[in-house]
Amino acid sequence: MEERGSGEEGARALTLSAASRLLEDLGAEWISLLGVGAEAVVVRCRWRSFDAVAKYRVPKPYRDERLDSVLRRRRTVLEAKLLIEVKKLGIPAPTLLYVEPELHILLMDFIPGTRLRDVIVRLDKPEEVFRKLGFYTGLMHERGIVHGDLTTSNVVMVNGDAYIIDFGLGAFTNELEEQGVDVHLMLRSLESTHPSLVPPLYSAFMDGYEEARGAEARRAVEEKVVEIRRRGRYVAERRLKARRSAST
Amino acid sequence: MRGAEPIVLGIESTAHTFGVGIATTRHILANVNSVYEPKAGGIHPREAAEHHSKVASEVLIHALREAGLSIRDVDAIAVALGPGMGPCLRVGATLARYLAVKYSKPLVPVNHAVAHVEIAKLTTGFRDPLVVYIAGGNTIITTLVEGRYRVFGETLDIPLGNCMDTFAREVGLGYPGTPRVEEKAMGAKSYIELPYVVKGQDLQFSGLLTKALRLVREGARLEDVCYSLIETAYSMLVEVAERALVHTGKREVTLTGGVARSRLLCRKLEAMAKLHEAVFKPVDPEYAGDNGAMIAYTGALAYASGVTMSVEESAVRPMWRLDQVEIPWSRTAKLLRNS
Repeated sequence: MEERGSGEEGARALTLSAASRLLEDLGAEWISLLGVGAEAVVVRCRWRSFDAVAKYRVPKPYRDERLDSVLRRRRTVLEAKLLIEVKKLGIPAPTLLYVEPELHILLMDFIPGTRLRDVIVRLDKPEEVFRKLGFYTGLMHERGIVHGDLTTSNVVMVNGDAYIIDFGLGAFTNELEEQGVDVHLMLRSLESTHPSLVPPLYSAFMDGYEEARGAEARRAVEEKVVEIRRRGRYVAERRLKARRSAST
Repeated sequence: MRGAEPIVLGIESTAHTFGVGIATTRHILANVNSVYEPKAGGIHPREAAEHHSKVASEVLIHALREAGLSIRDVDAIAVALGPGMGPCLRVGATLARYLAVKYSKPLVPVNHAVAHVEIAKLTTGFRDPLVVYIAGGNTIITTLVEGRYRVFGETLDIPLGNCMDTFAREVGLGYPGTPRVEEKAMGAKSYIELPYVVKGQDLQFSGLLTKALRLVREGARLEDVCYSLIETAYSMLVEVAERALVHTGKREVTLTGGVARSRLLCRKLEAMAKLHEAVFKPVDPEYAGDNGAMIAYTGALAYASGVTMSVEESAVRPMWRLDQVEIPWSRTAKLLRNS
């Protein structure tokens, strides 16, 4: 156990010190570590008077260095493009400040607020927030963008406005399946934390979605969501039927 | 149930292997397998089924002899009803029904994919791992959540093993593909970029296969294509496993299925696990490929939890998904641990 712990600290420390050196090179001042995900290190920092977030895609020791570099560069650029396109649609999201593809890093402005997940029960008009989120999601889908990880943890509330963050798993695609996954993930994140609020908030979300895309698209996506859930792939709510109890 | 642990005989016949194993919920008592090897090309389901019918009784007798048991000592007959090739599955199911009726033994349905997962847990000693299951016919990343093996990622087109087998066959490297391609890759001098397709948590290998074959046809060095193919495919897989590991916060990672014998893939998964404070250990190589023992062992777990079926319910299930199966013994194990 101890050996494993120190090994991990080694890997983590190396990653963080690499991120810290990169920020220094960019003239950014480290404020706090926001998270270490599967793919990237996310750091709050001060950069040219901006309160900023730096996202650094870390190298992976398990893949060929050339492939690793290609992937990290490509994904950094993709995320930057997604942020720009989403902004063009007028959707509240972080503003891209700077991108350095060769260093696999991008900077965006920090959204000072609270995660939607943590404040749902305290919202004045939660239906209105979800209607707006549905509208934004519909706009993105209509423009050929999917978020890829659309959950209540990736929405930040600032003075009643809902900002969508983290486009790291996003893509430019018109595939119905991926649109369905966006809507399904939002629904599932609601179910896991606020099951009693699901019916009104989900229907408000889909009303907003319909405003952006029309009734036809709403029906198609709703059907897709049902299909995704029936596959049981991501679904945790199907309970075990009562089995013969372990008697005798 | 009797005081002693139940002894279960298990039959595997989902694809190229016909196997009979005998196991309890703790130990493997016998594992005898006969693998159909196609003279040319891939597995022909009907020819594989013919092979299975021919070797069935011999394999059964060997397994009983290995365990030092008579069929009367066995408490239940387990059989892999799917997923797999219909004609192959029917050979195993027919033998299982015959034994069950003739010797008045209960029949236990076993899902082949669940069996690969359970045998990995038994041989690694892991209690709650993230499982990467890679074989000729399957590419799945799964872990137990609320009584079922939930699929966190899988292939949307062809399985990884199938991709390697097809490539190796087309370029004349022979069968099985994965070790042949890996061996050839050791002579590589350069890396060629190939389609890397990760969609959310899912994988696609057909574009990769097509491009790799085209490169060979166009005269690229075979060693370089092999290296690039294997690097790309494994990197896609390990990346999805990494996302699942971070998402679920599990502390153990295992690799099971025929491709678990790949040292290269093991090294990559181990490197990934280390990044996240997890330990990696692959399934015991003896039980990596399809085998009867894993069906017997999983059958024993199921039977001990009261899972049986009538002969009428024992139709084969070629498309039976891993995540459709309830895992009642996971609850029992948890209760025992917590008490």
